[in-house]
Amino acid sequence: MLKLENISLKIDGKPLFRALNLEVKAGQVMTMMGPSGCGKSSLLSHLCGTLPAIFQTSGKIWLNGRELNEVSPHERKLGILFQDDLLFPHLSVGENLAFALPQKIKRTERGEKIELALEEIELSGMSARDPASLSGGQRARVALMRTLLAEPEALLLDEPFSKLDQELRGRFRNLVFAHAEKKQLPTLLVTHDPIDAEAAGGDILALNRL
Amino acid sequence: MATTLRAVSFLPAFPILTKLLFLLPISAGLFGVLLPALGYFPDLGGNQFHFDIFRQLLEHPALPYSVWLTLFSGIAATLISLSLAILLAAMLSRESLSGNNNNKINRLFVIVRRGLIPLIAVPHAAIALGLAFLIAPSGWIIRWFSLLVLGWETPPELVTVQDPFGLSLIFGLVLKETPYLLLMILAALPQIRAREYLRIGQSLGYGNFRSWLKLVLPQVYPLIRLPVFAVLAFSLSVVDVALILGPTTPPTLAVLILRWIDNPDLSFRFLASAGAVLLLGLTMASLIFWRVSEWLLLIKWRNWLSNGKRGSGNEANKLAAMSGFLLLGTAFFSVLGLAFWSLSLRWPYPHVLPQIWTQRNWERHWNSLRETAFTTLEVGVIAAVIALFLVVGCLENEQWRRVRFSFRSQWLLYLPLLIPQATFLLGIQILAVRLEMDGTFLLLVWSHLLFVLPYIFLTLADPWRNLDARFPQIGQCLGASPLRILFRIKLPLLLKPLLVASAIGFAVSVAQYLPTLFAGGGRFVTLTTEAVSYAAGADRRVIGVYGFLQALFPWIALLLALAIPRWRFRNRAALT
Repeated sequence: MLKLENISLKIDGKPLFRALNLEVKAGQVMTMMGPSGCGKSSLLSHLCGTLPAIFQTSGKIWLNGRELNEVSPHERKLGILFQDDLLFPHLSVGENLAFALPQKIKRTERGEKIELALEEIELSGMSARDPASLSGGQRARVALMRTLLAEPEALLLDEPFSKLDQELRGRFRNLVFAHAEKKQLPTLLVTHDPIDAEAAGGDILALNRL
Repeated sequence: MATTLRAVSFLPAFPILTKLLFLLPISAGLFGVLLPALGYFPDLGGNQFHFDIFRQLLEHPALPYSVWLTLFSGIAATLISLSLAILLAAMLSRESLSGNNNNKINRLFVIVRRGLIPLIAVPHAAIALGLAFLIAPSGWIIRWFSLLVLGWETPPELVTVQDPFGLSLIFGLVLKETPYLLLMILAALPQIRAREYLRIGQSLGYGNFRSWLKLVLPQVYPLIRLPVFAVLAFSLSVVDVALILGPTTPPTLAVLILRWIDNPDLSFRFLASAGAVLLLGLTMASLIFWRVSEWLLLIKWRNWLSNGKRGSGNEANKLAAMSGFLLLGTAFFSVLGLAFWSLSLRWPYPHVLPQIWTQRNWERHWNSLRETAFTTLEVGVIAAVIALFLVVGCLENEQWRRVRFSFRSQWLLYLPLLIPQATFLLGIQILAVRLEMDGTFLLLVWSHLLFVLPYIFLTLADPWRNLDARFPQIGQCLGASPLRILFRIKLPLLLKPLLVASAIGFAVSVAQYLPTLFAGGGRFVTLTTEAVSYAAGADRRVIGVYGFLQALFPWIALLLALAIPRWRFRNRAALT
């Protein structure tokens, strides 16, 4: 369960939105909607621990009973997906996935895991490919799989569907939600597309600028 | 953020270490030269402070002309280089605006732009040596003229190298400084969104060149002011180029100082120190003079910016293409001349090509060449690697701790480039002798580092800061530590700028003459010191060998820096 307690972000002492209190249960999707500039993306950055220092923050972040505020970003176990796939351009598709695999997984298993993961997103045998040679939809799927392979305990979605065309969009949305459901991840979706919110099926929260 | 900071809590040590590394030798050097200038130099019997040495300096018969020559050649070289760089930059940005490569002039621009970086990498001394071969009365240009037009049987009696007005010295400096300033301007253009302004200017009916002068130049100049200052300071105090191309009786102040140091009578060191302090004074005064002139020009020309005069600027277009081509051509034939001389057995006047070709010159000098080349390589590589380590540390500190710019403004970075080398290096040498540190490898590398590090920082900082911040961010969310992100994401993604910066740092090290001479205490010989010392002799074949190899070294480094990422990422479309 992902829980936010009295979270607020300020710039120069001015809060961006009213203090947030929310809970997202395992396997549920909560959608956050609001105009651009209201601090949606900054909120997700804050949850990840990568928010620039110009912001002042307060409140507590809980994930499955752990308080995250003092945990290093790379130990928070929060997976995030952005608008852009952000596949590392210098690594092959397989290497991108391997980057996310936890180190505890042995070398012999790693190749197998990656092949399985690629099968799951219908990209079997594409491990050695240059990410730049993939289509937009394929890249989005690799990005999703990369996030999941890091074994996150919650999923943050920063408008990950907005750059895909209409048809791909629906399919990719279903794929993301299906995986979140299967892995029982609490998911926080930020979007300004009402169709995304509807498809997510969970609670909708309007975030307004103060 | 507090948590990330703990993982990288050692990072603030980098800027501190780097600053110490800079400030320590520079302040020590200034101190070390000021004391003897004021008469205090116990080893030579000077125990009292007094101004007699300055009086002696001012009464020296060579001084007035020497000072005039220094100021004239330094300021003229800077002014000409800057004007040419502005002219060329205006034309080059036009070419990229229209994207039309069909006409001849545009094709010339493409050549000019491609030729820029290799030209910058050639050490000053190599260009100067090659230029001397080119423009000498018995040089290549006159030989061609003689062959094609004039038919001179003997070389004309003209003083074209080491002329008393320092014109050949100015030519040599312009050849090297114009491409440097041009590159600085081109690098600054995207920051001020020059393309958009040019488009607006043109839509308001201003020709391209006018738009550039009225809209872009006022915005871009503040960004290149420090490089311009560095060029001015360098031109005033340069030693190697002045030794090769500058007048000899009397020479520029920096060369005069060097002569006094080389004087077997050690008491001349007092005079040299006072001269070095005077050189510092002249440099600072020139920088202030330049800044005040900027102001006055601005006041006088302010109205010109908005007086509504439009023009096509076609004449400027041709002038730029010609001067750019002339510069590149001169540089190219200078280096080619070195290569030809190094391979010639007999090449008497007025033949335009060697009569007998040979590899004997290379064979004869092979042993000493190998040793010299190895020292050059060793110092350059070690200095570049240390500088790279410190610069990457400083940039990482900046990013993880979210502090913008680890140097207090860019001034500290430019400090070694703004203070005359002859001044603080002489002070360092005097102190080093007292501390019995002179002629050590450590001091040699350290002195090179002072010049290598700024260039590596300036080359690497922008690409590093411009890397999409979401890559490291996503790496963190995938569970990678800051160190793993550095090695697995940032360094590979920035491989090309890293290698190019290293190559430029290496080239800077290869080119150093005075630091090698002073900090090396005569114990270390590099291709540059060797080439310059042979320049005084008459054997063009030996000069050709050393000069050409000196030019070749940075090229090889640069070539590798461009080839390695291309090969490494041959299967990565987004990175090639």
